[in-house]
Amino acid sequence: MNGSFVGGNVMNVKGEMRIKGIENGTVIDHIKSGQALNVLRILGISSKSAEVLSIAMNVPSKLTHKKDIVKVEGRELSPSEVNKIALITPDATINIVRDSKVIEKHKVSLPNEITGVLRCANANCISNTSEPVKPRFIISKEPPVKLRCFYCDRLMVEDVVEHLLF
Amino acid sequence: MSIGFSKRHVISMRDFSRDEIDYILAEAERLEPYAHHGKTSDVLDGKILANLFFEPSTRTRLSFETAMKRLGGEVLNVSSTEGSSMAKGETLADTVRVISGYCDVIVLRHPKDGAARMAANCSDVSVINAGDGTGHHPTQTLLDLYAIRKEASLDGLSIALVGDLKYGRTVHSLAYALTLYGAKIYLVSPEELRMPDSIKKDLNDLGACLEETSNINDVIGGVSVLYMTRIQKERFMDPVEYDKVAGSYRITADMLKDAGDDMVIMHPLPRVDEIAPDVDETKHAVYFRQSFYGVPVRMAVLSLLIGSEQ
Repeated sequence: MNGSFVGGNVMNVKGEMRIKGIENGTVIDHIKSGQALNVLRILGISSKSAEVLSIAMNVPSKLTHKKDIVKVEGRELSPSEVNKIALITPDATINIVRDSKVIEKHKVSLPNEITGVLRCANANCISNTSEPVKPRFIISKEPPVKLRCFYCDRLMVEDVVEHLLF
Repeated sequence: MSIGFSKRHVISMRDFSRDEIDYILAEAERLEPYAHHGKTSDVLDGKILANLFFEPSTRTRLSFETAMKRLGGEVLNVSSTEGSSMAKGETLADTVRVISGYCDVIVLRHPKDGAARMAANCSDVSVINAGDGTGHHPTQTLLDLYAIRKEASLDGLSIALVGDLKYGRTVHSLAYALTLYGAKIYLVSPEELRMPDSIKKDLNDLGACLEETSNINDVIGGVSVLYMTRIQKERFMDPVEYDKVAGSYRITADMLKDAGDDMVIMHPLPRVDEIAPDVDETKHAVYFRQSFYGVPVRMAVLSLLIGSEQ
């Protein structure tokens, strides 16, 4: 093992701390390597957001060889907020931390539908116009997972990352 | 069997099961005598249909109007963006919210895919999609199925969809519905107008039996229905390329020598030159009757959605 995630601290091989643990907030662990920044986009967290963030990318992982980690201090993200990230990183886990202790831990799971996260790939879709509608997709969870535009019925066959709204 | 349709929207064939489609077609059969001159009905007396057409239409708009009037109802018409408040910048969503207060059912044609689904979300009354961009045109599909049932058979059907399979919304909806009936579907088109991969994948996932070819002569002798569509000139950058492609998908009476006796030729109309006039006189041509079937089918849809018997 080349590194570890202990109580919110990310350590390297020598036991030195790469990222400090948080006292209160949310740690999203086991993010697919390279997807941490897209996770933030889906969560609507940008440079304008007030939260204190720590991001670790390409951290050695026992399970997946490499992974990303995102820590959001002072904010407990609800499952409905976080489950959307299962679109791009289905094995991520959510750890809610209070007083430096993980009090809740669960794996993300795909919601039945998502609104306002992805743009429909169909340029002629009504959701890509000035009409007052947010792009909305119905998710069919039977493998392989399928996303269908609620409005134009088009099946998303492209990489969803290319169609993130933010 | 009675199936509840009251207050539903008719947006995509995907919203209907095969049982529901069969139920609508049976209702159309029952109402067909009222679609002709003579027999009258007042089942929709006091009801108002609003036709909102933001794209050109003759058959669809008029057949909805005829269907409504044959059942004793009345019709309001808005037939272009220029003639409505949308010219002042009003959104479609607001237009639909307002007009849904004036009528019992809205029939909408709009150039954007998904416009009808959005309209349904904004409307207090049933919305019927009469064509949304390259998306769906479910009542065209229902009348196509009705025509197949009347002129051929939906059981063990072998059908060729010919022409513009990329942008043609009628063939997208029809291919989906035919998959519910287990039809063998030949997709006949030039390379540049092939059915989009996303739609083929969708159909394959539903168990569709699809086969693609570029040559119309490959299928004429083996299908029971030849469903022709118009190749739209505006889809081609190069007019020479259009002429080449359009010419190779033109059916003439001479080409039908190898066709089965019972093979029928359908077309959603309007045609340009993809069916030669000499085909009209053959026993295979059913496209004008197909067009008429739009009336009983739309009568069925309207009476099921807003009829007082529901």
